[in-house]
Amino acid sequence: MPKIKVPRKSISLDMTAMCDMAFLLLTFFMLTTKFKAQEPIAVDMPSSVSEIKLPDKDMLTISVDKKGGVFFGVDDQNTRRLLLEKMAQKYNISFTPSEIQEFSLIPTFGASVASLKGILNLNNVDRGKLVQPGIPTDSVHNELKDWVMLARLSNPRLRIAVKGDRDVDYDVVKNVIATLQEQNINKFNLITSLEAKPQ
Amino acid sequence: MAEVNTGGGGKKGGKKRAKKVSTKIDMTPMVDLAFLLITFFMLTTTFSKPQTMEVNMPDRTENNEQQPLKESKALTIILGEDNKVYYFTGLTEPKVEVTDYSAQGIRQVLLQKNKQIKDMVVLIKPMNTSRYKNMVDILDEMHITNTKRYAIVDITPKDIDLTKSI
Repeated sequence: MPKIKVPRKSISLDMTAMCDMAFLLLTFFMLTTKFKAQEPIAVDMPSSVSEIKLPDKDMLTISVDKKGGVFFGVDDQNTRRLLLEKMAQKYNISFTPSEIQEFSLIPTFGASVASLKGILNLNNVDRGKLVQPGIPTDSVHNELKDWVMLARLSNPRLRIAVKGDRDVDYDVVKNVIATLQEQNINKFNLITSLEAKPQ
Repeated sequence: MAEVNTGGGGKKGGKKRAKKVSTKIDMTPMVDLAFLLITFFMLTTTFSKPQTMEVNMPDRTENNEQQPLKESKALTIILGEDNKVYYFTGLTEPKVEVTDYSAQGIRQVLLQKNKQIKDMVVLIKPMNTSRYKNMVDILDEMHITNTKRYAIVDITPKDIDLTKSI
């Protein structure tokens, strides 16, 4: 009895269609992606039923972390550059062009103006490790007020958003809101995460 | 891996033909690479934009004429420690009650008072020791119960005393 030869089938299949699809998805993700900005703090936002989306442009974000530290961020690099120059003038600190460049690359920071120079001279890795204390906001020495005021001068279209941690004491947030209100900012956004709306 | 299959031209004899070279190439590495990149972009992308809540605070700087609030229309909500909510209607000698943030708690109170009191004004007074989450929650409840007139007001020592009486 002759052996039955099982015909060897080629296992290579046509990859063209799969390849097409893979590249289609790749293109989609490449175009829609927006890289997560590196942030020095983790903020766990409270949830709400509000469904208004945060605008992408011209945002000034004031973050409050769990320990009550206040952090400041503006989204545009040019605004940051202008802002630091104005701030340097106000506080009589001079920043070198490379420090200003470095500042324009940091999305969020939380330190007093005096200690900012030291933070800017750190490299990326060390800066990531550094725990920033937050911007001074007490009534005697309110730097946040100057940051907000000068940021609005640098970019008048800025909208203000407050991103608070859910477990932070209201006291800190109240202080931030009072700082905003001192400058006649009575309308601002609170950043929240989405929660299902009850029926 | 990337061999080019040279098929065709199997017949012997006959006319001499130019060897037909198949145009099929092995796509596997290309697909591998494409999926690798897809994975990378999928993981780094931030799809969901965060939600926001718009808050309008009363103007503090100018002394524009303020309408006196009718006592019968006022509902005061005090946000206390440990996720407690104190509320009372009226302004003088109120009867303070306590509830929580659940759907059976403050929401029912608001819905009920909304029906009872026409043009109700809610005064939200967060204590310094309450959490930020509490404030967002209560603003949310305003939204859910469709309460149009509310304001976030600073707390007074008198209010704190009221909550202690319970």
